[in-house]
Amino acid sequence: MVDDQLSLVFGALADPTRRAILTRLAEGEATVAELAAPFSMSQPAISRHLKVLEHAGLISRSRRATARLSHLEAEPLREVATWLARYQRFWDESHERLDDLLATLQAGPDNGPGSGQAATQEGNDT
Amino acid sequence: MSKTQITAEPGIPQIIIAREFGAPRDLVYRAHVDPELLVQWLGPRDLTMTIDRYDARNGGIWRYSQKDTEGNQYGFHGVFHGDPSPNAIVQTFEFEGAPGHVCLQTVTFAEHGDATMMRTVMAFQSVEDRDAMVASDMERGTRDSGDRLDELLAKLAVG
Repeated sequence: MVDDQLSLVFGALADPTRRAILTRLAEGEATVAELAAPFSMSQPAISRHLKVLEHAGLISRSRRATARLSHLEAEPLREVATWLARYQRFWDESHERLDDLLATLQAGPDNGPGSGQAATQEGNDT
Repeated sequence: MSKTQITAEPGIPQIIIAREFGAPRDLVYRAHVDPELLVQWLGPRDLTMTIDRYDARNGGIWRYSQKDTEGNQYGFHGVFHGDPSPNAIVQTFEFEGAPGHVCLQTVTFAEHGDATMMRTVMAFQSVEDRDAMVASDMERGTRDSGDRLDELLAKLAVG
């Protein structure tokens, strides 16, 4: 199952300039000129990047006098963080168990708790 | 702080999982190819893991399933390509809930003094497959927090 919003967000994040813009916006809202300053890029080029970020829901934009301000929208990023956190948890827990197993195997002359055990491991919960 | 590094670059159909273990290379390798050892660590503690087949040699088939506390069962299978060795374990990986979406997995083990650096590269058929795999319900319970977001932004800045 593919979440379209997630695909849009990942597409938007696939560019280093756009990631740098988001990192800058994490510190607070900024104008196009302020965002363009660190890059050797024209303001129209930065505006195109901002359009992609806006379409993905990663930023919102407002006006202050003649300047257009961009704001970071954290929610889609939080979804991406959650997406990776689930996977991270699976491997963290597996590898903690592997750490324990390797310590047991190294401590004993035999194969530790693995020897003679059928290839089924019951969960700890009921 | 987790010690397992997972890299999932936007737009690239690949995941890299890296972790150092304080054990000799051969032992970490054995924990990956001996089903009696594998069953003791792969997956979260509250899933019941059953290995039906694990024929770790060129062309050998493997299959295991994981059952959650509500009785839902998730099956996975694949084939080993080449005889596994500490230099590389190459195998295909397919979640039976999404037939035809096959991932190619390469695990390598490198000596780091007394420790072993394990590196797994999972190559998917598409970015969509990769994203779906990570988003799948193999894992449970997540909590988002501002910390995670900060970490993500820091990672994005580096990338």
